[in-house]
Amino acid sequence: MKTKTAVDIAGLKLKNPVLTASGTVGFGEEYAPYLDLSGLGALVVKTITLKPRAGNPPPRITETPAGVINAVGLQNPGVEALVADILPRLARFGVPVIVSIAGETAGEYARLAGRLDGVPGIAALEVNISCPNVKAGGIAFGTEPAMTAEVVRRVRENTALPVIAKLSPNVTDIRTIALAAAGAGADALSLINTLSAMVIDVERRRPLLGNVFGGLSGPAVRPVAVRAVWQVYRAVALPLIGMGGIMTARDALEFILAGARAVAVGTANLVNPGAAAAVAAGLEQYLAEQGIGDINELVGAAHRTGG
Amino acid sequence: MTYITDAKVVSHRRVAAGCRRLVLAAPDIAQAVKPGQFLHVRCDGGTRAGHPRGAPTSVGRIGLGWVGSADPLLRRPLSVHDADRERGTVTILYRVVGRGTGLLAEKRTGERVNVLGPLGRGFEPPGHPRQSGHPCQPGHPRQWVGHRRVAIVGGGLGVVPLFFLARELSVGVPPGIQPANAGTPGHSGVPRRAVAVFQGARTAAELDVVDFSILPVDLFTATDDGSRGHAGSVVELFLDTVCHEPVDWVSAAGPPGMLRALAGALETLGLSGEFSLEERMGCGIGACVCCSCRIGTPERWEYRRVCADGPVFPAREVVWE
Ligand SMILES: Cc1cc2nc3c(=O)[nH]c(=O)nc-3n(C[C@H](O)[C@H](O)[C@H](O)COP(=O)(O)OP(=O)(O)OC[C@H]3O[C@@H](n4cnc5c(N)ncnc54)[C@H](O)[C@@H]3O)c2cc1C
Ligand SMILES: Cc1cc2nc3c(=O)[nH]c(=O)nc-3n(C[C@H](O)[C@H](O)[C@H](O)COP(=O)(O)O)c2cc1C
Ligand code: FES
Repeated sequence: MKTKTAVDIAGLKLKNPVLTASGTVGFGEEYAPYLDLSGLGALVVKTITLKPRAGNPPPRITETPAGVINAVGLQNPGVEALVADILPRLARFGVPVIVSIAGETAGEYARLAGRLDGVPGIAALEVNISCPNVKAGGIAFGTEPAMTAEVVRRVRENTALPVIAKLSPNVTDIRTIALAAAGAGADALSLINTLSAMVIDVERRRPLLGNVFGGLSGPAVRPVAVRAVWQVYRAVALPLIGMGGIMTARDALEFILAGARAVAVGTANLVNPGAAAAVAAGLEQYLAEQGIGDINELVGAAHRTGG
Repeated sequence: MTYITDAKVVSHRRVAAGCRRLVLAAPDIAQAVKPGQFLHVRCDGGTRAGHPRGAPTSVGRIGLGWVGSADPLLRRPLSVHDADRERGTVTILYRVVGRGTGLLAEKRTGERVNVLGPLGRGFEPPGHPRQSGHPCQPGHPRQWVGHRRVAIVGGGLGVVPLFFLARELSVGVPPGIQPANAGTPGHSGVPRRAVAVFQGARTAAELDVVDFSILPVDLFTATDDGSRGHAGSVVELFLDTVCHEPVDWVSAAGPPGMLRALAGALETLGLSGEFSLEERMGCGIGACVCCSCRIGTPERWEYRRVCADGPVFPAREVVWE
């Protein structure tokens, strides 16, 4: 039986629903020896800012049971390097590229969107308003509905590309942020970014990470992320990209059943550079085994069967 | 070329209190690896999850299906201690310090360990036979080109990757060659081997973890407690020694304090060299920028990736905190 794995996210046609989560595969090239990038639904590159950013002092990563905590601090070469060097090199991989952007002011987001508009090789923009490692005036943009709306609206005004807002779980009610993003013109939502977290080095009796706080990801956050997708699916009619602790196709299915039309694999790439391809292959095999003709039939299916 | 593979444990032995030597069958890695490179090792539950192609699928075990344990999640960077290209094995030598190495220590002969590697840029001392275009093949007679005398300086378990380097640099080199600088003012005049190893440790027992005396090198040892060799730091010993037996290059690895002191010594002597650094890693392949260290000058530095730009960096470019 022929199964259909293609999905449509706000006009963006993906051959399958599996993406890479921003920041976990860099700009993709390092993964090419282990992962057939053309087999991905899309590659979401590391968040880019207007100017190059050095990022936070080391150590930048540590672990906790079933999770990792990173405090990279958006180290990136800046938008001009992306346009001049990186995007042209990515073309050969034959994978839709989603560019993640972040700024320190709503104006910076707007300028980034404008700069990237019309640049060849970009399939969509993901607006990172949720990085716990960089903050404007002490808080992430995506923890406040008015700021979320402001940033999304300014990006929307400056680009013809599909706009995906990436939401933070570090909020009281993620639905209010999702509604704000939808109202401001987002075409889709990514959820979730990492949870604010920290680890203390008991030997040295001080915070372990150079930045004190970091963002928690990996299997430890999966139930939180699935809950967020479930809630937002009920509140907002936009297509959702679910992520948080996906290691296997089974994990991805949880997100799809909760309402995600696509999923992104993040931390699993660090553990196994072939993880995203294995998740995609596993989903396909599941559909075949279950006799399901189209993966879209599963999107949000858990809502219809009770709960 | 790097590989991801479920390597079979050929042997796994305790070599000293809290230290273990693990020999893995990994022919591709054994062929490709250079001294100073490392493996990214899944310490638990990694065997099936590590397969890029995924495990057999069925309902309930989908795609990657069974991931084994998700704790610890991250791989552990461990230097290659030695490689036997003929037998197709790589050896790592590690100290059991925490959760990952603790679980690794339980692997028995015949079990499998998922490893990714070889990773990183290794040691590149100038005058290395490899750089003369001479094939580094087993059984091939080495020619020592350049006739340079390389000092290898290691502290604690930093000597792990240095053993591989010392072996590659010294094997096949005729004993007692006159280095290019023999006869220069201050040289002792004694024919010396092409490789001088300076090994420092806290105690004699710690020195025994890696035995350089089985290699054709000149060996100088130092212990903090004076239980063997020079009593004091290996950097002091290095300075005292090279004043009358000059060397041309220094390849070093060890705790940050030692490397920092050595950097000062190299500056005093006007010597060049290279240091192997450590930092906490995520991916190990250069994508996540988690493993950054400062490279440049104290005034102008940038973060570089230990896993992909290093772990070996030019000594004078390392910017200490
Ligand atoms: C390039 C490189 C080569 C290394 N080679 C060796 C070697 O040959 N032999 C050896 O004994 N050790 C080596 N180390 C250090 C080794 O990686 C750590 O001791 C090990 O990761 C500790 O893991 P754990 O789970 O037992 O400890 P935990 O403390 O439980 O680890 C928690 C986290 O901290 C990280 N971590 C802890 N200590 C270090 C460290 N010193 N450097 C980097 N990350 C660390 C771990 O990888 C893990 O992500 C090397 C490190 C690097 C970066
Ligand atoms: C090392 C690391 C770096 C990350 N960098 C970014 C980033 O630059 N931009 C972003 O939007 N999210 C970033 N994230 C968050 C991931 O994209 C993802 O939202 C989160 O990790 C949850 O998914 P996971 O559990 O599958 O990793 C990063 C995560 C990790 C682990
Ligand atoms: S560990 Fe990911 S870039 Fe070095």
